[in-house]
Amino acid sequence: MRIPCPCCGLRDRREFTYYGAADYLDRPEADAPAQAWDDYLHNRANPAGLTRDLWYHDPCGSWITLRRDTLTHAISGAEPVGGAA
Amino acid sequence: MRQDWRIPGRGLIARDRPVNFTFDGRDHTGFQGDTLASALMANGVRLMGRSFKYHRPRGVLTAGSEEPNALVEVLEGAQKTPNVRATMQELYAGLSAQSQNRWPGLSFDLLAVNDLLAPFLSAGFYYKTFMWPRALWERLYEPVIRRAAGLGALSMRHDEGRYEKAWAHCDLLIIGAGPAGLMAALTAGRAGADVILADEDSRFGGRLLGDQPEVDGQPALDWLEQVLAELRALPNVRLMARTSVTGAYDDGTFGALERVGLHLAASDDLPRECFWRIVARRAVLCAGALERPIAHPDNDRPGVMLASAVRAYAARWAVNPGRVVVFGNNDSGLQAARALNAMGVVVAGYVDPRPVPVTEDFPVYAQAQVVGTRGRLGLRSVAVRHAGGISEIEARTLALSGGWNPTLHLTCHLNSRPEWHDNIAAFLPRPGAIPGLSVAGAARGRFSTAACLADGLAQAAAALEDLGLKPPAMTPPSAEDAPYAIAPLWAVDAGGRAWLDFANDVTTKDVKLAAQEGFRSVEHMKRYTTQGMAPDQGKSSNVAALAVLAGANDQPIAATGTTTFRPPFVPVSIAALGAGGRGTGFAPQRFTTSDAQTRAMGAPMIEAGLWYRPSYFPRAGETTWRQSCDREVMMVRGAVGVCDVSTLGKIDVQGPDAERFLDLVYANRMSSLKPGRVRYGLMLREDGHVMDDGTCARLGPEHFLITTTTAAAGQVTRHLDFVQQAFCAGWALRTASVTEHWAQFALAGPKARDLLNRLLQEPVNAQDFPFMACQEARILGVEGRLFRISFSGELGYEIAVPARHGGALFARLVAEAEALGGGAYGMEALNVLRIEKGFITHAEIHGRVTAFDIGMERMISPAKDCIGKAASQRPGLLGAEREQLVGLMPLDPQAELSAGAHLYPPQAPATRENGQGYVTSVGYSPVLKSWLALAFLRDGRARHGQEIRLDDGLRGRKVLCRVVDPVFDDPDGGKMRG
Repeated sequence: MRIPCPCCGLRDRREFTYYGAADYLDRPEADAPAQAWDDYLHNRANPAGLTRDLWYHDPCGSWITLRRDTLTHAISGAEPVGGAA
Repeated sequence: MRQDWRIPGRGLIARDRPVNFTFDGRDHTGFQGDTLASALMANGVRLMGRSFKYHRPRGVLTAGSEEPNALVEVLEGAQKTPNVRATMQELYAGLSAQSQNRWPGLSFDLLAVNDLLAPFLSAGFYYKTFMWPRALWERLYEPVIRRAAGLGALSMRHDEGRYEKAWAHCDLLIIGAGPAGLMAALTAGRAGADVILADEDSRFGGRLLGDQPEVDGQPALDWLEQVLAELRALPNVRLMARTSVTGAYDDGTFGALERVGLHLAASDDLPRECFWRIVARRAVLCAGALERPIAHPDNDRPGVMLASAVRAYAARWAVNPGRVVVFGNNDSGLQAARALNAMGVVVAGYVDPRPVPVTEDFPVYAQAQVVGTRGRLGLRSVAVRHAGGISEIEARTLALSGGWNPTLHLTCHLNSRPEWHDNIAAFLPRPGAIPGLSVAGAARGRFSTAACLADGLAQAAAALEDLGLKPPAMTPPSAEDAPYAIAPLWAVDAGGRAWLDFANDVTTKDVKLAAQEGFRSVEHMKRYTTQGMAPDQGKSSNVAALAVLAGANDQPIAATGTTTFRPPFVPVSIAALGAGGRGTGFAPQRFTTSDAQTRAMGAPMIEAGLWYRPSYFPRAGETTWRQSCDREVMMVRGAVGVCDVSTLGKIDVQGPDAERFLDLVYANRMSSLKPGRVRYGLMLREDGHVMDDGTCARLGPEHFLITTTTAAAGQVTRHLDFVQQAFCAGWALRTASVTEHWAQFALAGPKARDLLNRLLQEPVNAQDFPFMACQEARILGVEGRLFRISFSGELGYEIAVPARHGGALFARLVAEAEALGGGAYGMEALNVLRIEKGFITHAEIHGRVTAFDIGMERMISPAKDCIGKAASQRPGLLGAEREQLVGLMPLDPQAELSAGAHLYPPQAPATRENGQGYVTSVGYSPVLKSWLALAFLRDGRARHGQEIRLDDGLRGRKVLCRVVDPVFDDPDGGKMRG
């Protein structure tokens, strides 16, 4: 598996650390209801198909959102978590 | 026996280079170029193993890596490699091999009694037989079954052999160097592509070596030499012999196992095997096809082989099979009979269920079937049923040809299923099964030599177009182009036991029984009968087994489907996959700048993450670690100690928004910290649990230096990067790990300031440089940093200097400390010192602990947001039901405590329901002259003064303890603030 780091280009997945679903980017407001925090922390869709998940590129320190297909393993793109690099 | 079974003048063996070897202790001689299997057969040895379950005598079935029977143990000194396929083990001088799964010997195996018990040992027998009593499952049944049924035995020693792993990249990977693969390599090589041609055989050529047809109007071997000479001369072509491509993975990545030194007498400078990861832009699978046997009664005797194997052993290795009966349902069986006859082998009969013409130079039995065999340790005769009745034909070898299965395993590794084709009675790979991989030749059902040559050329040309390279103008060479004609025959219906899976002893009856008992799906049948689950993964049995299953289910094969082919294609040793990972190769090692001197002082080192740190510094007269540890603790409490703390993570945070950022990542407020001051900081995970703790020093208005624990440095770095990149877009700050830039030493004890001032250009005093202050300082002429912080509860400082000065500073610090009656201290003393003070480490903040649990919930600032704040207020994370940090002191101060022990009410049994908490850290305090523990106890803060029982079930230790405040020593902190 190779991942396109927006900073470094196509790199072997051994250089990356997987984190989890990209839902983790949608942090609720501090005073959001408990249900919103519960969803944010624990509830994930686990799709068969297109998914967005978070990877950390250890050598350059970039967090990226990777778009990939859990059925075909095809990777369709990657962006820095904070938007354009 | 002296190679009495050789055909004179034939074969690709070096008759001028005899090779001595032993099998089961008996000396034999073969030739350079032999495999263990061919050399044994040349010496008349047919019996090479015992079957898995029934201990039936078995000989060689195949001439390749798919061999199910001839598995042997290869001995090298005290090393023993089990389950080596004799068909793949090349002969070398001094090779020593022995048979396996027999007792006491191969010819006389007492466990063959299993064969007489066969009626009771059918598919699923262990599910039915060994049900009761349950207590015997692990004590009796499993050990007995494991002893009786099995493969080779391990030596029970470490594998001392060397292994390697390597990566390779290429434009075009060609898997298999038969006619298709060779033409593909030639085509791509001439076009200038970067080519890897891999074949698991020691010699390139595939079936050209065993069949030796004419190619391009000349003998195949001559054509082969010309092609190989050209390929060897091309700098852009890498030829990898003895290399099995074992798996296809995402993005054009393939695994491959190369036998580097296994074909040679032990050689120090060669690894045994190398596991390759090959990344190819395009790939062509030219793996050919595997012939399959026919299930007829007693088709498993030594001497029963595949027709293609008999032919290859005769042509390539000059092995005379003796009188041969060929039993085939397709034309390649007849071709094998003709070829053997032409080589002077006595063909005692050709048996074919089809109405074939009877004009051959040997007896032909058309519309006939083999219905039985005789010969206990080796085939003696074959029973043939034909129109005139049943004839018993004397034969030493029975050559079976049940048709060909394209070697499509790799195309299924990414979940594709093959397609059944009735016209060739075989599965074919689905196009596009592996992105970037195409299939050529027999691997996609193009069986004639001419078709293979042409298809190899065509598929390589198509791959070159994909790669943007121009295919060279080439035409495929001429060769035999006979159509493939087959009349499916899976099993001969003649009573008796007919084997499908030789390796796991699965017969047609077992498959029918599975269907009868409801295991009608191919996946269920496989698991019920264990068909296809042996080391050969059913290469010679899968298709026939599912054909028999389809018959039993009365449905077509296409509707029955197949089981899933998964990597690896051939067994791969774990040692090759994990090459380089043994011992210190398992993980990188990180050393502090004081490492050399620390070891020179005799300190035993312990691992802390990847770091190595001293346990203690033994002195003359000390015989136990406790003596050293107690002395070092008293030294710190009474004089001064020095400890390397460089392993703590250090992260530099700079920028106008740095303080705002730190307020977000720390539970407590950092923006109010004044330059020149240090504050303890607690970091939470977003789920409200404690992630890490450390200090935060404000070196300037926009410059902070934070520390992490040694273990969590990587995690905290990733976390800070995440929070900044995900939630702080546009904030003006940068972070950088500077852990290895600075060597940092703790000075602790009442004489710490005396020691410090011996090194400083400008001495410090208690007033101007108070507790939790930090500043830059000139230390022995070097610009460094000074922090007044303490992890021991004593007057404490930490000095940081650029790492290149660390070794010298440590040496000086130790010498000065010793002059003051102190010295270096290690992790054991550091641990006792911090337990006496109730300071936590990751033994306490282990990931399931909240700020409330460790009594720090008030650090979560109510005036600002922070990571983890919302979740830390969740129900269940606060309150009396939580296990809270307490101290424990045994009622008998000398009663040893243990970390990991659980806590129960004094009289309650040690059951889960009675559990009250657990112990995280223990140590013996020479100051308090008592064992101490930190523990988490349900509602612990309200229970100070109560008694609780510590119960260590592993060591049988039960100790009554008093619950106390976790700060045992100097609870108001007067010493470290003074």
